[in-house]
Amino acid sequence: MKTKLKGVSYAKWGYIFSIPFIVTFLIFSLYPTFYTLLLGFTDCVGLNNTEWKFLENPFDNFKTIFENNSFKKSLKNTVLIWVLNFTPQITMALLLSAIFTSHRNEIKGKGFFKVVFYMPNIITAASVAVLFNALFSYPIGPVNDLLVSFGFRDEPYNFLVYKTPSQLIVAFIQFLTWYGNTMIVLISGILGISPDIYEAAEIDGSNGWQTFWQITVPNLKTVLLYTLITSLVGGLNMYDIPKLFNKGGPDGSTLTTSVFIANQAFSGRYLYNRAAAASMILFALISILSAILFWLMRDKDEARIEKEKRDARRAAKKQQKEAIKWQ
Amino acid sequence: MAVVAGKSSGNVAFKIFGYALCIFLAIISLFPFVIMIVNSTRSTTQIQQHAVSLIPSTYFFKNLDVLLDKSFDPLKGFFNSLIISSCSTICTVYFSTMTAYAVVAYDWKLRKPFFTLIMCVLMIPAQVSSIGFYQFVYKIGLTNNFLALILPSIAAPTVVFFMRQYMIPALPMEILQSARIDGAGEIRIFNQIALPMMKPAMATQAIFAFVTSWNALFLPQILLIDNDKHTLPIMVSQLNGDIYRTEFGAIYLGLFLTVLPVLVIYFLLSKHIIAGVALGGVKG
Repeated sequence: MKTKLKGVSYAKWGYIFSIPFIVTFLIFSLYPTFYTLLLGFTDCVGLNNTEWKFLENPFDNFKTIFENNSFKKSLKNTVLIWVLNFTPQITMALLLSAIFTSHRNEIKGKGFFKVVFYMPNIITAASVAVLFNALFSYPIGPVNDLLVSFGFRDEPYNFLVYKTPSQLIVAFIQFLTWYGNTMIVLISGILGISPDIYEAAEIDGSNGWQTFWQITVPNLKTVLLYTLITSLVGGLNMYDIPKLFNKGGPDGSTLTTSVFIANQAFSGRYLYNRAAAASMILFALISILSAILFWLMRDKDEARIEKEKRDARRAAKKQQKEAIKWQ
Repeated sequence: MAVVAGKSSGNVAFKIFGYALCIFLAIISLFPFVIMIVNSTRSTTQIQQHAVSLIPSTYFFKNLDVLLDKSFDPLKGFFNSLIISSCSTICTVYFSTMTAYAVVAYDWKLRKPFFTLIMCVLMIPAQVSSIGFYQFVYKIGLTNNFLALILPSIAAPTVVFFMRQYMIPALPMEILQSARIDGAGEIRIFNQIALPMMKPAMATQAIFAFVTSWNALFLPQILLIDNDKHTLPIMVSQLNGDIYRTEFGAIYLGLFLTVLPVLVIYFLLSKHIIAGVALGGVKG
């Protein structure tokens, strides 16, 4: 990449063009993050309180949060709901991507199915959550109507007051909104695998099942890890659906860490300091996860750059040789 | 012979299984939204008798009356959402392309560290700094102001990352050099040569930026307190409250109205959207 022309340096334009990003990032991202960290060490409580001071024992809020049963419960709920959603999500996405990329058994209407499967992902999560609250309402919601009409139950069931059903429904909504997305990412991963490998497998007499487990899945490793980590980060931030489906209830069974933080900070006693401490714990968790992802992706990128360098060197050598020939 | 027969019956089984799974999932994915649309045309009494029906009724406008009667103003919410989402989308796409251009087209000392920084913050969601963000916005008096939601969208690391990946093969440096020889300034080269070449990637990212901003609930809910500043998702969150407790027809209609713009965008652009997910998909 040459950016010099007739001895003029254009490097300063690299700085100039990144100013808007850097300034915005510093003001609206980095500063609020440090500010949140700072508030975690203070006594900042009460609506719009701007007069706060540092605590004598700065780690008090963090200690309180770690001992807070609601927070522990919210972490447990978040992980449980995430597992309940991710297991069927990745299973379905893998199955569907295998079906959609099979050459031997072309399925008709792939485009239609993709559009339908992805649709719930694009619809406002807030609306989906409220819709499901209406669908599962008691005693006259659509789901109860179906259960009773088809004779699965004699009486309508009040889903919204029992813990496990509420958790399952939140996990189901999460599954419904994300399986299409994961499927599309996996399909594009599979299409990126070299067809030569598949051809070789076919010549060796591998059947569909073997090909899937021994070629497709190992080659998808990076994509699968990427999906896993992005989903985990998304899961840790789950807010709209548990908040609007049942306000984190019943009895805190769908209270996720994000809902917990928002409840601490923006309702009741406005405990900004504790919410800030909880945010920072969440921040640390997400940072660890994204560090893993960063390491995975950088590895790949560098390998590619190395390869490009090698190719360039080889091309240069070839040119040299040809030049010698011409002489 | 036996092997061939076994193989083809396996294929048939695979196909039947494939179709069955696809149809099953399609029904599950569509069912909630079909119920929502049909029930928005039915009266609350009809819904109470039979909550599931595939036959629309004639109570659409009566439901609308009930809905609008209770301080629910979807038109206001629509315009608020539209202003915020459009402005954020323009900021995100324009400035992310500019930032990617800075990283790709110029060789500067801090280029690598800068891009590493972008990679590092790629996954950090705005939610974790929301407490500090709220306090900061309150102090500078930008609560209830759309700018607090629009300005931060200038720095969108995921979009910068995607734009860079797209720009490296799509933007030949020779064209920039020849423009320089013709005497064009750097800003003009960016706006008139680089930007047009990035149009396909910008369009894809614009769709996602718009939909993400349109669907956002967390930050708007914290920052926009006045009723007449509410966006559609905030209004949706109020549909769940006590004022609509028994008005099921109106609730379904309210949901339908808030979802309608996204559905229209989706069915017009579904091909591009799905292609975009396959390409970049840096999303939770």
